[in-house]
Amino acid sequence: MMKDMIPGFELIQPSSVEGALNLLEEYREDGWALAGGMDSLGWFKNRGKRPAAVIDLEGLDALRGIDETSNGIEIGALTTLTEVERNPLIRERFSLLSEAASKVASPQIRNAGTLGGNLCQDTRCWYYRYGVSCYRAGGNTCYAGATEALNREHAIFGANRCVAVSPSDTAIALVALDAEMVVRNSSGERVIKADSFFMEPAVDIMRMTVLNPEDLLIKVRIPNTWNGADFYFEKASDRGSWDFSLVSVASAIKSTGDRIDDARIVCGAVQCIPRRLQEVETMIRGQIRNEDTAAQAGSMAVQGAEPLDYNHFKIPLMENLVKRAVRG
Amino acid sequence: MSDTDAFEPVQNASAPSPAVGHSDTVVIMPETRPEWSRRNFIKGVIASGVTVSGAIYFGPALTRPQSLSAQGVERLITLNINGQTRRVDVLPGETLAMTLRYKLGLTGTKLGCDRAECGACTVLISDVNHYSCTLLTHRVGNREVTTVEGLEGANGQLHPVQQAFIDELSPQCGFCTPGQVMSAVALLRSNPNPTRDEARIAMAGNLCRCGAYDHYLNGVMRAAEETSNA
Ligand SMILES: Cc1cc2nc3c(=O)[nH]c(=O)nc-3n(C[C@H](O)[C@H](O)[C@H](O)COP(=O)(O)OP(=O)(O)OC[C@H]3O[C@@H](n4cnc5c(N)ncnc54)[C@H](O)[C@@H]3O)c2cc1C
Ligand code: SF4
Ligand code: FES
Ligand code: FES
Repeated sequence: MMKDMIPGFELIQPSSVEGALNLLEEYREDGWALAGGMDSLGWFKNRGKRPAAVIDLEGLDALRGIDETSNGIEIGALTTLTEVERNPLIRERFSLLSEAASKVASPQIRNAGTLGGNLCQDTRCWYYRYGVSCYRAGGNTCYAGATEALNREHAIFGANRCVAVSPSDTAIALVALDAEMVVRNSSGERVIKADSFFMEPAVDIMRMTVLNPEDLLIKVRIPNTWNGADFYFEKASDRGSWDFSLVSVASAIKSTGDRIDDARIVCGAVQCIPRRLQEVETMIRGQIRNEDTAAQAGSMAVQGAEPLDYNHFKIPLMENLVKRAVRG
Repeated sequence: MSDTDAFEPVQNASAPSPAVGHSDTVVIMPETRPEWSRRNFIKGVIASGVTVSGAIYFGPALTRPQSLSAQGVERLITLNINGQTRRVDVLPGETLAMTLRYKLGLTGTKLGCDRAECGACTVLISDVNHYSCTLLTHRVGNREVTTVEGLEGANGQLHPVQQAFIDELSPQCGFCTPGQVMSAVALLRSNPNPTRDEARIAMAGNLCRCGAYDHYLNGVMRAAEETSNA
């Protein structure tokens, strides 16, 4: 156990968002925003990341809580996953998100882990987590994509040197709900659509989101657009507790009678970013919601999948999850 | 091994911290050790299912940059533990499990994985169960911490959960028990009459290597019954 002592850093506990933003600006790459710590402390213990300063967001009460706005709801980035899971307003309008949050890790992790941290967490590729200098860590090789690599959990779509996947269960729900991320740094605020928030390795292999080191995710906005839609969330994982998704699906479907008016379908753990299935969404619009449509949707969803040595199983798994989501 | 020698020296803004690790730490560098071909390394990494807990001490992050300004936390802090005020000297990167076990002598809290993957270290913070291995002590502030040592009543009688675990023969080896007790207490404080399924979900963050899950669940249900009848 003793080897897992966290090496020294300066721990700073700002009491205002402005204070935190100034510190992030001051330290940039050498700073680290700490939310629930569920991702961060593992990195620190493994010495995989060694920031000079850890900027503790714990004291920033302005980033906590769930509010109703004129056209939807806003969830502060520091709101815990347990609160997201239990909040009556979220349950009533966007149970897709409550359900996704309830499937994250374990009760204790949800009690500490925050929505912001869940969205900003790093990938779980264990080669990378082990501390090797792969592409994502700034090196010039990918261990997981190599011959005989253990890549059962890795990507079947969109690989570009890196084959790691997006680990976040809440991310797919928020992309399906067409949420927006409110991001701030010391020079201003910007709002980013959930489906452009996550970073593809082809664009920047060393980041999981568009956030720069000096940025803070402040809150997530969910518009009422999909309030009242029929939601489906399913996560396939090795164990029912703790384990990350092998494949997951989140969907929102609006219908009139049996006929599908509109849909958003997103899969997790198949690509480095939440994978939105726009072609499937377009195909099922106007169709009757039945077994046939569901089967077509499933097979369309996995077209073009490129499995690695050990993750072929993800193709039928994804096909079935999409099928179930569309069948309802 | 003495417990304190593992703590790193006082952090000093003007001096770089010493190289990480201890004399018994084996540093494996697949790129540089000939007997560790890259191929063997790729085959040899064992996937734990969630994360790899093995620490490796190399790579681009080895050199710690200097801090730019000194505005960090005070090391001497006051904690509220089991109803007592405890003054304690805490490093910035110290976890609550470390502080409890190795600074305050509260060894009822166990360390299993040290990675938020087992639940042995579960304690209550303001009545909510948390993994103390994955929580910096400095974040606790003046919130109330309860460990398994803090559960017994005024006359030393066991907490109803502890008593029910004994009556139901819940533990087998006992290593996971303090954590199981704390999660059960947290559950009953927020939901005094859980269904068995609710209890199962609430206990899902505590692994039991002996597989005594159903026995623990029996204990939780018995404690719920006895406290609501009392
Ligand atoms: C054993 C284990 C199992 C897990 N299983 C799952 C799972 O099944 N599904 C799942 O979705 N997740 C899972 N997780 C991940 C866990 O849910 C996330 O680690 C957690 O939600 C991260 O949140 P946090 O608040 O603890 O983040 P932290 O660890 O504090 O932060 C994570 C990262 O996000 C950054 N960050 C945090 N908040 C902000 C912000 N507001 N603005 C900018 N950057 C920010 C931090 O700088 C850091 O880089 C698991 C984690 C563990 C340890
Ligand atoms: S998949 Fe990505 S994170 Fe994993 S070893 Fe390859 S480059 Fe690194
Ligand atoms: S020791 Fe904390 S969860 Fe295992
Ligand atoms: S009783 Fe042995 S680990 Fe649970």
